[in-house]
Amino acid sequence: MTILQILWFFLIFVLIAGYFVLDGFDLGAGVLYPVLARDETERAYIRRSIGPVWDGNEVWLLTAGGALFAAFPAAYATTFSGFYLAVMLVLFGLIVRAVSLEFRAHDASWSRVWDVCFIVGSFLPALLLGVAVGNAFAGIPMAANGDYSGVPLLGLITPYTLLVGLLGFSMCLTAGCLWIALKTPEGSDLRARARKLGGILQIVTLVLFVVCGAMTLGVIRPAIEPAMWPVACVFAVLFAIALIVSIYLGRAKGSDLGAFLAQSASAVCLIGLLATSMFPTLVVADPAGVGASITAAMAASSEISLAWMTGIACIGVPLVLVYHVIVYRTFRGRLSEEDVA
Amino acid sequence: MDILTDVALLSRIQFALTVAYHFIFVPLSIGLGLITAIFATKYYRSRDEKDGAAVRLWVKIFTATFAIGVATGITMEFSFGTNWADYSRFVGDIFGAPLAAEALFAFFLESVFLGVLLFGRNKVSPKFYTVSAWLVWAGSLLSALWILIANSWMQTPAGAELAADGKKAIITDFLAAAMNPSIAPRYFHVIVALLIIGAFTSLALGGWYLLKNKHTDFAMKTVRIGAVVGIVASCAMIVTAHASAVQVSEEQPTKLAMMEGMYNDEVPPLYAFGWVDEENEKVITPFAIPGGTSFLATGTWDTEYKGLHSLAQEEKYSDMNVADQPVNLVFQTYHLMVAMYGLIMVTAILAIVFTMRGGRVRSMRWLQKLFVISPLFPFVAIQVGWITAEVGRQPWVVYPSTTGPDGVALLTNDAISQSVSAPELLITLGLFLAVYLFLLIGWVRVISHFVKQGPDEGAAKAADGNLAVASAGEKGGEQ
Repeated sequence: MTILQILWFFLIFVLIAGYFVLDGFDLGAGVLYPVLARDETERAYIRRSIGPVWDGNEVWLLTAGGALFAAFPAAYATTFSGFYLAVMLVLFGLIVRAVSLEFRAHDASWSRVWDVCFIVGSFLPALLLGVAVGNAFAGIPMAANGDYSGVPLLGLITPYTLLVGLLGFSMCLTAGCLWIALKTPEGSDLRARARKLGGILQIVTLVLFVVCGAMTLGVIRPAIEPAMWPVACVFAVLFAIALIVSIYLGRAKGSDLGAFLAQSASAVCLIGLLATSMFPTLVVADPAGVGASITAAMAASSEISLAWMTGIACIGVPLVLVYHVIVYRTFRGRLSEEDVA
Repeated sequence: MDILTDVALLSRIQFALTVAYHFIFVPLSIGLGLITAIFATKYYRSRDEKDGAAVRLWVKIFTATFAIGVATGITMEFSFGTNWADYSRFVGDIFGAPLAAEALFAFFLESVFLGVLLFGRNKVSPKFYTVSAWLVWAGSLLSALWILIANSWMQTPAGAELAADGKKAIITDFLAAAMNPSIAPRYFHVIVALLIIGAFTSLALGGWYLLKNKHTDFAMKTVRIGAVVGIVASCAMIVTAHASAVQVSEEQPTKLAMMEGMYNDEVPPLYAFGWVDEENEKVITPFAIPGGTSFLATGTWDTEYKGLHSLAQEEKYSDMNVADQPVNLVFQTYHLMVAMYGLIMVTAILAIVFTMRGGRVRSMRWLQKLFVISPLFPFVAIQVGWITAEVGRQPWVVYPSTTGPDGVALLTNDAISQSVSAPELLITLGLFLAVYLFLLIGWVRVISHFVKQGPDEGAAKAADGNLAVASAGEKGGEQ
């Protein structure tokens, strides 16, 4: 395994982490939109809180997909074609969600229609992307050429993959709550509601994490590289610490920003735990199939391609970070009545 | 019943449908991106509230269109993995990098500054706001560059070799692959076409208001900008079209043969229109300029080109079955594109003549009506032009071009996802039809609402408090 292959293995997970943190909160806000908002003004606050940033957040998924295609074409081909119907559901969700967010404000008589699109479109990716990750981690049956050979869609839903999906889902919802609490006016009911629900969801997340971890070690028994064991344990511990810090900061006198950032840190740790537990495998094979697990070395593009990609990333990633700083700075602070008038 | 079980055919139909749909909204948003940025600059210089209202209208039309382009673009990126897994395995080493670069360099730039454009009027300085409009447009041009690099590599592969196991292409020279022989003519050909779309859409909006005798000041400004961009782009089109024709004739002989309906070796004439009788292998037409196409491609009237039959004898093109080639489709789409260009040029000339000299278009109702329907010409042209480009390279998805490295070619039928079944494809095809139709209805609703509302300041303020507050704030700042 070459250095570039190792680098790109982890870079893919960095992009996934970026997506999980950034789009996670706006997907969560979308799912909780009908739960948290009680009237039109509150709905406007939620939409407006993610309005300027959701599109840039979503690009992290496209970048992760593109990078997987470029760096590990075989893994990209197996997962996207193998999870065909699930990927399509995620796709349709993202499509109607993107359009509903732009159109809602300009099409008053269809506001209900666009609201439904926004909610369903947020729900599908928030849940299904985690299920997909659960499958790649727990193992799928593959043919000799690496194609998925199990039952379409239904074969991908097992208690374990669903549990992984729910863990990701509850992380998104929590982040959504904390983001809404961070952006809405200090004394508003909406903020109080978001904080309360966020705290409950964090406890749920912690429980799901413990169940998921127990099932991973007891039932799935992943073949973790010996050298990665300590790193994985560190990530697991840091995840729990960050989550507890976030719960603490989210309490009455705490800081909304601190709670949100700690929650985001816990999301990064969760992806770090996933990456180190999987290394160097990208898609695990289930013994029910004949194909072998897809490792980074097997799936990787040539060194020339990876070297150019590294160059592109060295220029592109700092630029992307600058863009994000600009947009989050421009729209920093709590929303006011003026913003949603 | 073949169509219900043929995975390759269903995958092609799904890709054609989704990419054609995507290629309605993206070209429109790239074309309108320029118009919006020009208006933003105009407003930045004049600080005239009328221009401010114009910017608000264009930003709304632009972003509503852009949203569908972004949403349907996700389909395209996913589709390589979902529907074309064996293609992805074959080309991933080369094709993936431009795709990742597109996301990293272009999508982030567009999406982040689009946020500023939509919500930032009262948050950023007028200068930054104007720069944001240009950055969004620059991002879209960059995005087009990367995706056309990827597509052009499939048309004219370069900088690659076949792997030892024969199962995939491997990159040997990244710059040669990116700067492949067809990228320059194809990129400029496409971009210029998209600018014509933006220009004509702006003519159409202005023409509509002139017809209704509403917002005539705004209409004249819009028509003027549309006329200038339109004539410049239409003239530039001659150069890029010629360069593209030369490129095809040199690199893609089977595509050229299909475009002109050449089954046997001949000096290709120039047909204005015609019908390819595929069974008897001849072109039925009342009128042809002998040697005309030869002249356009090479500057000589007597260069002989190979027909499909002798090309199929060559080792490189031996996988082609002449009887199965959709020659008439490629012939018709190509000639329709050229015919549309004729209408484009006429419209562009009329627009510039009657807009500039005293603005006589104000009283010319027939010209106003022509303006209203004029976006159809470039829209039809880009759709059929794209069909020519993509169907013309069949049966290959990675085309064995004359200068391409040996063995770096892939038949479309060998590119599919073997793990995806026909019923799954039928389900998703149905969903695409339903969802895309729904989006189109939504888009038409929103756009017609914007057009009805117009650049009227009072109405804009009442309906869009957010922006109105912003402009009031700016005004206050100036006093």
